[in-house]
Amino acid sequence: MTTGSPNSERRPDGAALFIAAILAVIAAIIIWQTSQMRVPPIQARVGPTVFPYIIAGGLALLSVGTLISAWRGSFPPREKDNYGPMLWIVGGLIGQILLLSTAGFSIATGVLFALTAKGFGRGPLWVSLPIGIAFSFIVWFLFSRGLQLSLPAGPLERLIP
Amino acid sequence: MDTFALLAQGLMAAMAPMNLVYALIGVTLGTAVGVLPGIGPALTVALLLPVTYRLDPAGSLIMFAGIYYGGMYGGSTTSILLNTPGESASIVTALEGNKMARKGRGGPALATAAIGSFVAGLLATLGLAFIAPWVVKFALSFGPADYFALMVLAFITVSAAFGDSALRGITALFIGLGLGIIGIDLQTGQARLAFGVPDLFDGIEVTTLAVALFAIGETLKIASSPSQLKEEILAVKGSVWMTVEDWKRSWVPWLRGTAIGFPIGAMPAGGADVASFLSYSAERSFAKKPEEFGHGAIEGVAGPEAANNASAAGTLVPLLTLGLPTTATAAIMLAGFQQFGLQPGPLLFANNAPLVWSLIASLLIANFMLLVLNLPLIGLWVKLLTIPKPWLYAGILTFATLGTLGANGAMSMQVFGIRFSFELVLLLAFGILGYALRRFSYPIAPVVVGLILGPMAEQQLRRALAISQGDPGILIGSPVAIVLYSVAILALVLPMIMRMRGKGGALAQLASDED
Repeated sequence: MTTGSPNSERRPDGAALFIAAILAVIAAIIIWQTSQMRVPPIQARVGPTVFPYIIAGGLALLSVGTLISAWRGSFPPREKDNYGPMLWIVGGLIGQILLLSTAGFSIATGVLFALTAKGFGRGPLWVSLPIGIAFSFIVWFLFSRGLQLSLPAGPLERLIP
Repeated sequence: MDTFALLAQGLMAAMAPMNLVYALIGVTLGTAVGVLPGIGPALTVALLLPVTYRLDPAGSLIMFAGIYYGGMYGGSTTSILLNTPGESASIVTALEGNKMARKGRGGPALATAAIGSFVAGLLATLGLAFIAPWVVKFALSFGPADYFALMVLAFITVSAAFGDSALRGITALFIGLGLGIIGIDLQTGQARLAFGVPDLFDGIEVTTLAVALFAIGETLKIASSPSQLKEEILAVKGSVWMTVEDWKRSWVPWLRGTAIGFPIGAMPAGGADVASFLSYSAERSFAKKPEEFGHGAIEGVAGPEAANNASAAGTLVPLLTLGLPTTATAAIMLAGFQQFGLQPGPLLFANNAPLVWSLIASLLIANFMLLVLNLPLIGLWVKLLTIPKPWLYAGILTFATLGTLGANGAMSMQVFGIRFSFELVLLLAFGILGYALRRFSYPIAPVVVGLILGPMAEQQLRRALAISQGDPGILIGSPVAIVLYSVAILALVLPMIMRMRGKGGALAQLASDED
């Protein structure tokens, strides 16, 4: 469904159908995992499996509800999103995760900073990357020295004894 | 000891020089972060939680109180000077406040918001101090079944009563409840839904989820949205001071807003946004010059801002006395308590009275500090509004990942020889979830509340069933529980009927997406 497509047009909303399917899969996973638990008979009645089954039951019902809602096209209209900027930001987060243990907080977070700025259309990277690294380094210094937060150190951080 | 003596004792403790410093840091940071566009009180509190990690419980909670109130203040500045409010509770403020700013009356708009917030914060915090002991006395007689009923009621009001769809609200709630199952079951020591990942044994951190949904989800949504709003920051022209007429037109709305906001916050009936919306419609119908509404009526800023703050203080009633968070912000505050092994509720009042009362007293102090800080520093806050979007969101993500690393930075996973932090992977995954929820108009707050309240509800449910030896009849075995379930059913069914009869528009405007 793209922007402004009227609800009267009774075409099932594909994305909403997908959400219904995901909810059903989550319910199935919870039921499957919970059924694998070995519960001592003494706890069988009000043990650790009761609540997960209730949640899974609820999710299954909600999946049906979402299915009906998708069929009637009653999800609110939404605009077509641009995925390009999103990919820059997700890329920045992944880059930070992979770099942290070797390059340290400042460099890894500088990469996140620069790629996020890029996602919002600010570049070029050779300008924003140094800005990001410098900014992250100041943040690292304030929080790890000032507030004793343990943040991963790398070559840059080791320059400060 | 009576309330006065306890409050006086709390004030003495909160006035200790070090605690005043903590409160001052709290309100300054809270306002500075709360002013940033796109950051509401829930995210402000979640982002700043790591700052309080290394303090003692009392100092940390005092700073936290400052952050909470500061975040609420900051949001109103954003919505008056910028037409895109940072928190949903301030959307209503933007209606009239932004119009006033456009007419060059931004100064008085900010002043009436600040003084109104102060008046409301003062009265509502005093209300909290006097009502809390009564609620505690009542709550001490609650059995597990009553607590379970209370939590069911909170689940319904948070997820289904407001917003444009009960289906999407309850779905969001159940996503949170499902995430809450993950981890070791405290009563039997068995792992549930952990898939053998050791990092999941302790369950999902509320702060990780909240920061991911609010900060990363919001950043992704804004970045990908094709209709980038053109934002225009309005300069504060002329005098900041209110004229005599402004005062005359403001003081009744302040009091009326407080009277509307405090009960709504205190009664688990929804967040601050509900209160400010109701206050706005009340002011419009009481106004002597209704034609000014929509063109910058000062009553439309004074009332909702007071209601907004009164309800923020009201939310602390169920949180402190019952351990019941009814907004995303309260859920994160509960997590803040839990990091010190403190469980808010009637027992905290009984066993740790000095701590609770110094927290309440520091709310009063934070409120005074904000009044003194806010207006003179307005120029500085306006500067913060002018940070360009790319740098702003890059900075938000820096602090979002910093907080997560500070809470749990263990590089516990390894793939192809690269060690990485599992917590950051969760942050990314929940961030994408947050984007998807926003994209399909699911509310965010029920997910956060479900995560923290789900395990508590389960504990009460199992306790009740253990007492009755498995007979579910105990759940409706007390008058308190029956009343609570009846209210819950009403809160679920009435809005559904309203939506069916085409009156859903008003409810949709009350949608809680921020706190």
